[in-house]
Amino acid sequence: MSKNINVALIGNPNTGKTSVFNQLTGLKQKVGNYPGITVEKKEGICKLPRGVKAHIIDLPGTYSLNTTSLDESVVVELLLNKNDKDFPDVAVVVTDVENLKRNLLLFTQIKDLKIPAILVINMADRMTRKGITLNIPLLEEKLNTKIALVSTRKGVGINTLKELIADYKNLSIKPNIDTTSIAPDYFNKLRSAFPKEDVYKLWLVITQDVNFMPIEKKRIKDATFSIKSNTELKKLQHKETVLRYQFINNILKETYTVDLTVAKGFRATLDKILTHKVWGYVIFFLILLVIFQAIYEWSSYPMDFIDESFAQMSEWTKASLPPGAFTNLLAEGIIAGIGGVVIFIPQIAFLFLFISLLEESGYMSRVVFLMDKLMRPFGLSGKSVVPLISGTACAIPAVMATRTIENWKERLITILVTPFTTCSARLPVYLIIIALVIPEGKFLGLSYQALTLMLLYLLGFGMSIFSAMVLHKILQIKSRTFFVIEMPNYKLPLFKNVAYTVWEKTKSFVYGAGKIILAISIILWVLGSYGISDNFKNAEEIVKNRIKTVGYSEFNQEHIKNEIAIYTGELYTNYPTVSGAVIKDSITMRSNALKLKAENEEIASFKLEHSFIGYAGKTIEPIVKPLGYDWKIGIAVITSFAAREVFVGTLATIYSVGNDEEETIKNRMAAEINPWNNKPLFNLASGVSLLLFYAFAMQCMSTLAVVKRETNSWKWPAAQLVFMSGFAYIVALIAYQILK
Amino acid sequence: MSITVAQLKKGQRGIIKDFSEDTLPIKLLEMGCLPGNVVELIQIAPLKDPIYINVNGSHIAIRKSTANLIEVDLIE
Repeated sequence: MSKNINVALIGNPNTGKTSVFNQLTGLKQKVGNYPGITVEKKEGICKLPRGVKAHIIDLPGTYSLNTTSLDESVVVELLLNKNDKDFPDVAVVVTDVENLKRNLLLFTQIKDLKIPAILVINMADRMTRKGITLNIPLLEEKLNTKIALVSTRKGVGINTLKELIADYKNLSIKPNIDTTSIAPDYFNKLRSAFPKEDVYKLWLVITQDVNFMPIEKKRIKDATFSIKSNTELKKLQHKETVLRYQFINNILKETYTVDLTVAKGFRATLDKILTHKVWGYVIFFLILLVIFQAIYEWSSYPMDFIDESFAQMSEWTKASLPPGAFTNLLAEGIIAGIGGVVIFIPQIAFLFLFISLLEESGYMSRVVFLMDKLMRPFGLSGKSVVPLISGTACAIPAVMATRTIENWKERLITILVTPFTTCSARLPVYLIIIALVIPEGKFLGLSYQALTLMLLYLLGFGMSIFSAMVLHKILQIKSRTFFVIEMPNYKLPLFKNVAYTVWEKTKSFVYGAGKIILAISIILWVLGSYGISDNFKNAEEIVKNRIKTVGYSEFNQEHIKNEIAIYTGELYTNYPTVSGAVIKDSITMRSNALKLKAENEEIASFKLEHSFIGYAGKTIEPIVKPLGYDWKIGIAVITSFAAREVFVGTLATIYSVGNDEEETIKNRMAAEINPWNNKPLFNLASGVSLLLFYAFAMQCMSTLAVVKRETNSWKWPAAQLVFMSGFAYIVALIAYQILK
Repeated sequence: MSITVAQLKKGQRGIIKDFSEDTLPIKLLEMGCLPGNVVELIQIAPLKDPIYINVNGSHIAIRKSTANLIEVDLIE
């Protein structure tokens, strides 16, 4: 008979809880969110002996049931709510053999909730090396539980654990500790006020700041507040912790011994180097260099491949389906839109590969330790370093990475300033504009163009630090400023864990942010492909007439002339023996093909100008004109709000050149003449103005959505949008007016 | 001699004395920062703050302002 049971994996951070989860479930897992909040919910299915099927939840890591963060509240809320569909039939508490004493604190709390609990002692492979001996049977007896000695690294003990879970009915649910002894009178009163409830549960509901059944919580609070004030409650909580440690110490005295002569060594040596006042920073800097190299250099190969594949797919679709609106939507809207999402996968995957390696190995805590004092004058914490670094790939995961910051003010500031760091979506915009307006040439052996790019990165980072400082002064948020970070032992990262993290994060990017980018690409495509004016409807005729009467656009005339000249040269050198008539024919054919292409491009461009989006661009032209942009750049700026990198693609459509011919886009942009002064549209002044605008403006709807989710209010994303974009406008305006 | 954890030198150890209970975050207590336990200062960050301690087997980093709240008896 098959039976489904709920299993909750609970444990302190850094105990290898997730490794246990991965070993139990394999790839049969899914990651979602708890309703309404962004705490990650990991679930999986595991087949147990005797036909039992277990639904396993990997709960967020927590040191105790005394919550200090959203992630931790999730644990308490689930354990207190018997009606939750995920309420565990059995709790598996994962501990690390080296930190057993501290890890047991949480275990005793779970036991006291009268939930059947199994104790997993993980990293058993380290016992001999650390000189640890354990008396398992005695420990089981004292804690009233069953123990699985596991080594996820070696894959040992998982089957024992499965047996124990399947056998969960035989577990004792006797509590370990009588919490009421810390204040007998108080608990007696509680008991008589709520005779039906379990006192320890009541105690947790009273002391924890969780959303547990709001009405009931209020009722309990009202009924009990008169008895104990908050300060007194806090004192009781301290007392409870002391009591639990007494219990644990007494047990471990009999069951756990460490031979200190064996231990020491490796960790101390590594700590000495990695947190050294010089070497610590040098090593951190080198690691950053490798990460940047990976994100910008190594990922360019798969990205080029993806880019090409999607361009081909789009062309293939156009060629093989009957022409029409649907084919165009598919080829130009949907496939191009999906391509725009997929292209970021290599960078996101690399970023998470490194972040997960650094976290798994225990190095990240050392970075936090090194950087904390440096960040504090700006209202940031050492823990802000990770989001700020991640922000150079993409602000979305970076904003989510701020969750580890306990202090709300520091966390909020980090969230607000992270979008200033130069994310990968800005890169294509920077690259093409730098190539257009920054002269080639070298300064001290470094090219001006490379220097400009570096300056833009520094500018982004500097701006985030600067605005953090300003926010630190402005924001009047009182929050308890304490900072505790565990310095876990160094470990060789487990390949499986790293691979799962990279896979999961990439997947959630593709489905989360990807959906928005795709939707917007389609909307933009529709807006750019349809119009209601007569000009739009008769575009083909109008343009054909124009070509007949005044000829092709200046750019196209030039372009055709050059192409023909090159082609003619090639013909004469490659086929010196062929007769003049044949050559003439070839040239005519080539010329006709070029003319047809030019005609189609001009029609497309004319259509776009008179499409919905074209009118939108014309409408905002007065606003962007002082920055040195015409309506076409204006449209590109608007579409960039879907995702910045759309800028280049939009200009390609507007200037009616194929998306894949980067050289041509550049040439086309270089040839564009400003209608107001007959000078090139992309010059130093407008180029710098654009670069600065893109450096500062909040142009990413996905980021705004994530910020809304993380701060639980529209106030902060709205502030970001207004402040960042306003600032960008002013800076771009000043730059253009000075340089022009 | 009674000092606070913030005043320990690298490698020095102390035994935690009673502290005023409501000033210290409960998380520290959970990490083993309890009266009678031994604290060892392992490392001070390059800019003198935060500090890296081993308390009761837990390796944690805390800021000096927090460390100042924990009084210890120095073990000579």
